[in-house]
Amino acid sequence: MNWSAVGPAAVFFGAIFTNNILLTNYLGMCSFLAISREVKSSLGLGAAVVFVMGMTNALNWPIHYFILVPLKLEYLGFIVYIIVIAASVQLVEMVVERVSESLYQNLGIFLPLITVNCAVFGAVLFMFIRKYTFLGSLAFGLGGGLGWALAIVAMAGLRAKMARARVPRGLEGAGIALIIAGIMSLAFMGFSGMIPAA
Amino acid sequence: MFPIGAFFIGIGTAAAIAAVLAVLLAIADATIANYGEVKISINNGSKELTVDGGRPLLSTLTSEGIFIPSACGGRGSCGLCKLAVKSGAGEYAPTELPWITEADRKANVRLSCQVKVKREMQIVVPEELFSIKQYETTVASIRDLTYDIKEVTLKLKDSQALDFKAGRYVQFVVPAYELTPDPVYRAYSISSSPARKDQVELEIRLVPNGICTTYVFQHLKVGDSVNINGPYGEFHLRDSERDLIFVAGGSGMAPIKSILLDMLERGIRRKATYFFGARAVRDLFLVEEMRELEKKLPGFKFVPALSNPEPGDNWEGEKGLITEVLSRHFERLDHHEAYLCGSPGMIDASIKVFKAKGLPEELIFFDKFA
Repeated sequence: MNWSAVGPAAVFFGAIFTNNILLTNYLGMCSFLAISREVKSSLGLGAAVVFVMGMTNALNWPIHYFILVPLKLEYLGFIVYIIVIAASVQLVEMVVERVSESLYQNLGIFLPLITVNCAVFGAVLFMFIRKYTFLGSLAFGLGGGLGWALAIVAMAGLRAKMARARVPRGLEGAGIALIIAGIMSLAFMGFSGMIPAA
Repeated sequence: MFPIGAFFIGIGTAAAIAAVLAVLLAIADATIANYGEVKISINNGSKELTVDGGRPLLSTLTSEGIFIPSACGGRGSCGLCKLAVKSGAGEYAPTELPWITEADRKANVRLSCQVKVKREMQIVVPEELFSIKQYETTVASIRDLTYDIKEVTLKLKDSQALDFKAGRYVQFVVPAYELTPDPVYRAYSISSSPARKDQVELEIRLVPNGICTTYVFQHLKVGDSVNINGPYGEFHLRDSERDLIFVAGGSGMAPIKSILLDMLERGIRRKATYFFGARAVRDLFLVEEMRELEKKLPGFKFVPALSNPEPGDNWEGEKGLITEVLSRHFERLDHHEAYLCGSPGMIDASIKVFKAKGLPEELIFFDKFA
């Protein structure tokens, strides 16, 4: 499939619905399971992931095409991308601490852990594999982040409802959460006809 | 041939990208995370400080020469550095909550190591804390008490004097070395007599990979300079006529020894029994000194108890957990007072025994090692 021909707007919405990085690729599961207990903190983490994904894609794209490719250093890609991600997360941490102390405290350790959130790294790799343009990459980063945020907030809502449900003991916690995530991803498959190109 | 040029280009590029990002972060640190100069008003304006914002309140005050008691050195794990912050602290952090009671909440009491100085603050510092000072000392001697406990004697420089009540503790300042990039503080009870104001003795037990204990066990030499600050704490002998029960384990020996020496010094001759819990003979120390004290202090009895004596120990004394020994020893505790020092587990278990034997809580004093 020729991904590079898809316009940024379609990439953006595609990343949210049809190619949701969490529900179709199952990336970023650890913080998805850990922080989806509460809608409020999952919203905060989702927002942080949107910011980090958008920013890392926007930074990694020019670094890849203007520095690594001309110097034939693509093999260094993984190291460089992760350095950029780590730096972006540091920046986000400073901003969040300055802007909203309560959000900073709610996210706690999961904020620095976005560094190793595989969804963020996955988004960087997908944008090169699919050969998106710069705008496409930015749209993919923001859309991918939004899609991830949408999935975690939906999950947090479902889990809040589920608090009163009777779950078989062996399935409590992560078990039932994974089953719900599976059903959610089936539901998201229904979107696939909506944006034909992406 | 291996393309050495390409190899260096690769390393150079990666390093250059990392350097650019580091510069960006340094700029962000100086702008976004820069809270500028912040005013801290202490005790309704009786003292005003102007400090650089962005750091925890505890270390900010320390660098201004105001020492707030803390045993863990600002990690939020001891709960000692409580201070009333009337304004400017923001919401409670989850790391503070385990230490904050309902009453603390009403009085706006915060854990000063977890509160960052970001805007103008009004705080309340108890007057007696202003007398806490930093002292420069020289290591006069280091002695092995057991295989894992050392006794470190620190002599104060420039004929300074440290005035303290027996049972108090000081903070030992560990300078930056391979285990820590910044100086850290660790609390140790003073084991020497308050009559000796020119020196303090500390009993330091090896904690595997502990920042301070590794420093003391592997780096500290006689003649080295060490900074301490203090004295801190609420643990001391109360005035009364009640019989005394002391309970300690490991380096919990330190404050009890100081209290006993102080009793000798001041002619206090109350009936006292000191239960010292250890695993085996190799964990026992200062037994000779305690036997000496038994001769000098009429009514004082030292009872070491071993929980797991080794076959070669030939142990004739008390056996069992300290709680078992305590409950064997006393029927009813109606004219007693208890002082405990050691691990939280030992203290909590002993308090249960004391309460069951009728000793009211307000007559049980303890110093828990966090």
